[in-house]
Amino acid sequence: MEEKVKDTGTEEKQDYIINIGPQHPSTHGVMRLVVSLQGETVKYVEPHLGYIHRGIEKMCESLTYPQIIHLTDRMDYLSAHINNEVFCLAVEKALEIDIPDRVKVIRTLMSELTRIQSHELFWASYGMDLGGQTCFFYGLRDREMVLDIFEETTGGRMLVSYNCPGGVMYDLHPNFQKRVKEFLTHFRKVLPEYDEILTNNVIFHERTVGIGPLLREEAISYGITGPSGRASGFSCDVRKHEPYSAYDRVKFNEVLYTEGDAFHRYLARVEEMRESMNIIDQLIDNIPEGPYAVKMKPVIRLPEGEYYQRVETPRGELGVFIISDGNKTPYRVHFRTPNFANLSVLNHLVKGFKIADLISIFGSLDYVIPDIDR
Amino acid sequence: MDKIQLAEFIKSLDSDLEVKEGKQYTEVIVPPSKIHSLASQLIEKEETLFDFLACITGVDYGHDLGVIYHLRSTKHQHMLVIKSRTTDRENPQFDSVADIWETANLQEREAFDLLGIKFVNHPDLRRLFLTSSWGFPLRKDYVDNDNITS
Repeated sequence: MEEKVKDTGTEEKQDYIINIGPQHPSTHGVMRLVVSLQGETVKYVEPHLGYIHRGIEKMCESLTYPQIIHLTDRMDYLSAHINNEVFCLAVEKALEIDIPDRVKVIRTLMSELTRIQSHELFWASYGMDLGGQTCFFYGLRDREMVLDIFEETTGGRMLVSYNCPGGVMYDLHPNFQKRVKEFLTHFRKVLPEYDEILTNNVIFHERTVGIGPLLREEAISYGITGPSGRASGFSCDVRKHEPYSAYDRVKFNEVLYTEGDAFHRYLARVEEMRESMNIIDQLIDNIPEGPYAVKMKPVIRLPEGEYYQRVETPRGELGVFIISDGNKTPYRVHFRTPNFANLSVLNHLVKGFKIADLISIFGSLDYVIPDIDR
Repeated sequence: MDKIQLAEFIKSLDSDLEVKEGKQYTEVIVPPSKIHSLASQLIEKEETLFDFLACITGVDYGHDLGVIYHLRSTKHQHMLVIKSRTTDRENPQFDSVADIWETANLQEREAFDLLGIKFVNHPDLRRLFLTSSWGFPLRKDYVDNDNITS
């Protein structure tokens, strides 16, 4: 290991090198960070990847299109529904299928619920990383309600696999609207508590304000998207710039800040939960009647060509690039995953900060490791 | 600037470039040694301003190995696809663009790791996910009888 670090040419012999991970609780998954320290100051951090590399892109080449959808769940497991959606949208775009309105609205509703539960888990674990154990219990308590809604309709709690090319797998559960409204009422009541306990906490401020600032130009060059990019003033919301599903018929604000530090990356996510609730509000009583899927051929073959589709996940821009040679399996599939791009900025952000700030910065970028390794 | 103007403008940068309309985006086909000079013009020229590199995809076409770049301009919101191919499977070499877009650093390492594509002038070209003795799994001639069953 030490030899590898030397290869980068940035280490010196007197540096103190420590390993964080692959089993460290604050990495939220299996990632190893090799940190080079001088005293308490971070000189260099190098992520070592591959602990959960499953070769999803290789597996895609031998699976049919409906089968691949179940693999996309397993990249970013906190935004499983949105991962399904991007692949279905790409297939539907290639086949030039018109999707019923009902499907579009269902997908948008589910996407926003996914976004809320993902940001809740971010809030919970970020609070815990910085020493607020209560956050973890509060966050997971409220997230449970969303997972129950998922379970009722889709049968799955996290890996929902609810989308299929041409629509969704099953119709909404009769309780869906009632449950979502119950959740929104409850969540509107507890969200101010989130602010009281963490956003306005002075210890939390000390640990996040001004920590790991990222400029807008850097965010663009490093390809930082999602709330992390928007906290730096980089307007990159795919829902605004290239609306898909039913995002063209709802009104919402793109949350933008200019400070770009850990605190504003956190704040952008909390504010996005509010925006997501607004989107759900606008759609929940207006779900159009109609079929929940269009009938597809039993074997889906995409016409020869290349297709690129992008969506906004809770962590940024997820793109899928499919090359088809006309067979029932794709020739090549590439996922542009937000976490992989966001990872490249880590060393740049933590350089010069203390080792305790590394946890704060790492947490504020909200990594999901299987999405990096694929 | 619409698609036709964009295609015209890119053609005017270098007469060797082949520009065509793809199904979704304008596509430019460049030889591997010209990627860097094209990329540095695309990010600087006011008319194009492609400052956001969405993704780098390495592809094994059978005889050829190729690299595909998806670019976007955050100001003009237009997209461009750059494609490049080489027939040299033993030692495929492409220009690195890591000094133009920082995000290219990890993405090029990924393409190197999974397809064995070398990027000339990359600051730190090492394996990313797999160990150095591993083959290049995304190549079509990759054989792994233990883990891949048909």
